[in-house]
Formats: sequence, C-alpha cells, structure tokens
Amino acid sequence: MPPDIANAVVLLGNYVVVPGLAYAAQLALGALGITLVFGILRFANLAHGDLMAFGTMATILATWQLQAWGVGFGPLPTALLALPFGMAAAIAAALAADRLVFRFYRRRRSAPIVFVMASLGVMFVLNGAVRFIVGPDDRQFSDGGRFLVKAREFKQATGLAEGLSIKTTQGITVVVAVIVVALLFRFLQRTRTGKSMRAYSDNEDLALLSGINPERVVLIAWAIAASLAAIAGALYGLDKSFKPFTYFQLLLPMFAAAILGGIGQPVGAIVGAVIVAFSEVTVTYAWTKFLRYLLPEPWHPGGLAQMLSTDYKFAVSFLILVLVLLIRPSGIFRGRVL
Amino acid sequence: MRRILIALSALFAMAATAEAAEIKIGVMVGFTGPIESLAPDIAAGAELAIKEVNDSKALLGGAAVTPVRGDTTCVDSAAATAAAERLITSDRVNAIVGGDCSGVTTAMLQNVAMPNGTVMISPSATSPALSTLEDNGLFFRTAPSDARQGQVISEVLKERGVGTIAITYTNNDYGKGLADSVATNFKAMGGTVTIEAAHEDGKGDYAAEVAALAAAGGDVLVVAGYLDQGGKGIIQGALDTGAFETFLLPDGMIGDSLVEAIGADLNGSFGTVPGTDSTGAATFSDMAGAAGFKAGPFTGEAYDAAALILLAMQAAGSADSGKLKDHVMAVANAPGEKIHPGELGKALGIIAGGGDVDYVGASAVELIGQGESAGNYREIAIEDGKIATVRYR
Repeated sequence: MPPDIANAVVLLGNYVVVPGLAYAAQLALGALGITLVFGILRFANLAHGDLMAFGTMATILATWQLQAWGVGFGPLPTALLALPFGMAAAIAAALAADRLVFRFYRRRRSAPIVFVMASLGVMFVLNGAVRFIVGPDDRQFSDGGRFLVKAREFKQATGLAEGLSIKTTQGITVVVAVIVVALLFRFLQRTRTGKSMRAYSDNEDLALLSGINPERVVLIAWAIAASLAAIAGALYGLDKSFKPFTYFQLLLPMFAAAILGGIGQPVGAIVGAVIVAFSEVTVTYAWTKFLRYLLPEPWHPGGLAQMLSTDYKFAVSFLILVLVLLIRPSGIFRGRVL
Repeated sequence: MRRILIALSALFAMAATAEAAEIKIGVMVGFTGPIESLAPDIAAGAELAIKEVNDSKALLGGAAVTPVRGDTTCVDSAAATAAAERLITSDRVNAIVGGDCSGVTTAMLQNVAMPNGTVMISPSATSPALSTLEDNGLFFRTAPSDARQGQVISEVLKERGVGTIAITYTNNDYGKGLADSVATNFKAMGGTVTIEAAHEDGKGDYAAEVAALAAAGGDVLVVAGYLDQGGKGIIQGALDTGAFETFLLPDGMIGDSLVEAIGADLNGSFGTVPGTDSTGAATFSDMAGAAGFKAGPFTGEAYDAAALILLAMQAAGSADSGKLKDHVMAVANAPGEKIHPGELGKALGIIAGGGDVDYVGASAVELIGQGESAGNYREIAIEDGKIATVRYR
C-alpha cells in the first residue's frame, strides 16, 4: 500500500472507526434495553438513561471497594469484576420502579403516554438518587492497562506519519457488547422464556390465552433491560468518564437508534446504533487531512472540510430522529410506531 | 409607662448602634460548577482578609465584618443573579467580592449590583469585555484582563520557538475572549493559528472535538478552558489519540487536580497564571498555610479584593457602597505607604490618621483603566507531575 493511502486509512481508523465502534457498542446496548422495554411493556422508557447512571454508580462504588481490598483484574479494569454488582443494583432499581409506579398503571390499563410521563418522574427520582449518592462530579474509575495500541509506538513500529491508538476500554467495550448481544439473541430465539417474551411482545392477548404469565415476562424484561443499561453505562463510563448528566444526554442518541432500527426490534437497535454513532462522528469530523493524503495537490481542501461544527453533534441524532419519524416511522426493520 | 418608654428607646438605640457596627461582605464564587475545585480556597482568601481586619478592631471604630457566601456556579447567569439578589436585598451585604467567571460576573453586575448600587471587586473575572463595560464606577477587578494574558501567552510561545498552534476554548465569555486575544497576539508576532474551535463543558466525550483539532494540527494545543471540565476532557482525548503532546494551559486550567488526573503525560506542558514574585505573594502563602488553606490560583487576588473593599470603607468613613466606590483606586495605587498582606490593621490605622496607603497585597495590585489589575503573570511548566515556576512576567 502506498504510504499516503496507508496514512489516510490509519488516520480514519484512529479518529473515526475506533471511537465510532466503541460509541456504537455503548449506544447499541442502551438502545436494546429501550427497545425491549417497549416491546414488552409498550412504552418509551425515558428513565433508561438515568437507569444507566444508577447501574454505573453502583459499579463504581463496588470498584472502589474492590480496589480498597486490593483486588485487581490484571491488565483489565477492576470495574469488570464489579459489573455484576452494578447489574444487580440496576435490576433492583428497575423492579422497585415497576412495583411502585408502573404496575399501578399497568393494572389500570393506562394509555402509553401515561406510562411515558410516569417514566419521566422515575427518571428524575433516579437522577436525584445518583447525584445524592455519588455526587454530580466527574469520576474516573478505570484502572489496569490503558492502551492496547499506543499512537506513538504504532508510529515507530510502522514508520507511518499517523498513529493509531486503541484504548483497552474501547476494546473491552466492543468485545463485551458482542458477547452480551450474542447471549441475548440466543436467549430470545432458543429458550422457552425468550420465546414466551417474543410471543407476549407480538400479541399480548394471544400470549395470555396460551398461558404465559404476564408478570413473569415483565419481570424478566426489566431484569434484562436493567442489566443491559448497567453494562452499557459502565462501559461508557470506563471509556469516557462517569458524570450523571452525560447519561441523561445519551437518551437522545439511544432513542434515535432504537426508532431508526424499528422500535421493538432487537436487530434494529443494533443497526440503528451503528448508523447513529457513525453519523455523529463522520458528520462532525474534519476531513481535511484525510483528503490531503488521498487527493492530488491541486484538489487539496483549503479549510477543515467539516460538514458540521462539533457543537452540533447531538443535533445529528436529533435530525435522524426527525427524518425517520417523517419518512418511515416504523424504522428500518418495520418495528412498531411510537 | 414612662419607664417602659425609656427602656424601649434605650433598646432601639442599642439596636441601632449594633446595626451600624455590623458590616457584611458577600463572597461570591462558583462553589459548584466547573471551577469548584478552586472556589473554596478563593473564598478562604477573601475571608482571611476579613478576619484580619476584624482582629485588628480598627475598621470604622471597631466594626465587625461578616462574610456571607453565595454560589455563582461559574456558568449559570440566572443562578448567579438570584444568589446576588439574595445577598444584596435579603442579607444586605455592603459590597461583594466576586463573581468568579466573566459571564456570571457580568450578569450579576448588570442585573443586581448596578440597580442596587453595590460595589463588586472580582478576583478572577478576566474577560476583556469587562474593561469597557458601563459599570457606574461600581466594578473593579484584582485580576488582569485576558487581553494582557493573550499577549503574555504569545510571548511564552514565541520564546519557546513554537510556530503553529491550535486553540480550543470553552464556549463562554472567558474562553472566547482569551482565545481571540491569544490568536490576535500570536499572529501579530508572526505565528500561525491553525484552528480556533469552541468546546462545550460538561460532555462525556470529546472525541469529535479532538478529531477536528487533530485534523487542523499544530505544535502546541492552547486549551482556554476549565480544569475540572471540558479542558481536561480535551487534553485526555488529545493524549489518548496522539493528536497533541504539548499543551499551553492558561489560568483556568492550572491546578493540582489536572496534574493528578492526567499524570505523567502532562509533563513538558506549560502555562501562565496571574501571580507575582513580590514579597507579598510569599507572605500570603505563609498566611494561607497558617489559616489552613492553600494559596492557589486567584486566592491572593481574592484576599486583595476583600482588603481593597475594607480599606476603601475606612477611607470613605462609611461602609456604604455609594461612598466607598470613589476610594478604591486611591487606596490601591500610589502615593502612600506600601501595604503588604498581614498589614491591614496598620493600613486602617494610617487611613484613620488621615494618611495615604498604596495597597500592594498578595498580587502586587496596581489598578489601571476603569479599575482592573495591570497584570503580573507567573509562567509555569509541568515537571515530574508538579507545577513549577519558570519565571515571572
């Protein structure tokens, strides 16, 4: 490969592909939770972002405790060991919210919009609880080796002008996300419980007639959604940093991903997350250096060749959301219409 | 009945004297928000001056001064305005030390301090826009304008042989003002600015911002942000992706928490922060240590701000903002006896005796223009995980 093309590929890998993939994996886990709750409980759960923050907070507290005991995970972050605790806490929070709030409206067979508003209230409660327990500040809780590939070492090894860096947390994020998604799909397709969940999601009355226990399906849906939320939140926090407010901001891209893929469709959530993540990254990326490597001299761009300023990153997911709702409200995989 | 009346009038008289002797000074900094790690020490600096004056019992015939804290949040103008409103109308403070960040300081000044005629002396608002703002003579600052910091930063960069820089700034009055000042000065000295891009504070992920800065390139990245906020995120992201290795850190970025958070990778970066090598700074540092806090960024300026208010009160013979505002410049500048930290009691005595003082304080205060510090800067470098002083400018 000529060095210019190799440089361009590495540049793109470093600033677009690697961060984009990690971001997509985090969004996908979050969007899967949203889509599952919608499939079973039939409402858009606005509290999902703060459920993520709650699970992450529990993971952080457990990580600190493990670190205090001197327990480590070698080159991997200790937080991975603490993750089951975070998942348990998130499940407990979700089930408590269901028992105290959502079950009441379910028994009254309230309209979906009532559930959405109730979830808004749950969101504020969780939001406050997280700030109350761990505070509103930035928390760094990653430890172990920071890099799989370091930019400087990559440059020295390959002799290229551009470096490639892959953080351990980015690698872990993608690997964990793939494992979790594989397990989830296996569960939904193969196990009896998974099948009963899909049946309940497809047609509630028919599922009830065939003897499926609705409370059990709801319980399992919450447990899975909360576990996914805790995993997604902890991975996001490991990769970036933990701050309660940023999880609230994640709600928009996650919903955009779930709706773009087709709400209630697990595959759609993943495809949607990849599209949203890469749209955000590529639209706000300054392409000037990449183009300079590939184009002959006279065609070099004068400016930054940036489609949108980075300030408008969140506007991208908003735009996707609006376009999908206008053009194809059911999403790519023909999910339900919100 | 007569007895009761006499007793009552005596009571009222006592109440009146008690009120006259009570002076309140608002201390308004961002106890929450992007510079919350600096705020407690800044407030402690101001309160140290107040305590010193109280101990001397020399202010206006032994008046007691009480500090009242208020939170500016540094970024939320509405919250800062509400806090200032509370301090001025409910707590009835005589003057305010603060605010801290330029945007909220402007809001507090225009919305609350000017309508109520309350003097504000900010220890840390550095936006060039505040130099020309209409303030009815009520606003002063012991911090210099960033127009000056931009010039100093450009000189530091040039002397270190830096030819091209990229600038990222926090999207507010402080960041924008400083970034523009650096860009203008650096270009005037023949340097190249590849990009001047804003970043928002409080985001989880700065990968996109870093990617844009990396695409533009440059020898050094100037980070005109906040150390507990986006500034830290940008530096971490730039180091992780290998986009930049050396950073120039202006005053908002300098603090131990940044060095601790980033670690060894920050070695070799450098910056500027208001400060002087005057004996006052060293004295103040010792006094701060004895009082149980650390003389960090803007703590000396806060001490000086509080001291200037109190000295001006003595010179005016009144704790009233409308009267003391005309005396701030006189006590801050020559002629008169030079006053260093720890000598506030002495200064109050001189003023009471009809003499003149030239307040030097912890930050070598010299007020110019509409009432802002002329500007002394400390050039620092990060060496072995410590902030080391290179020289003073």
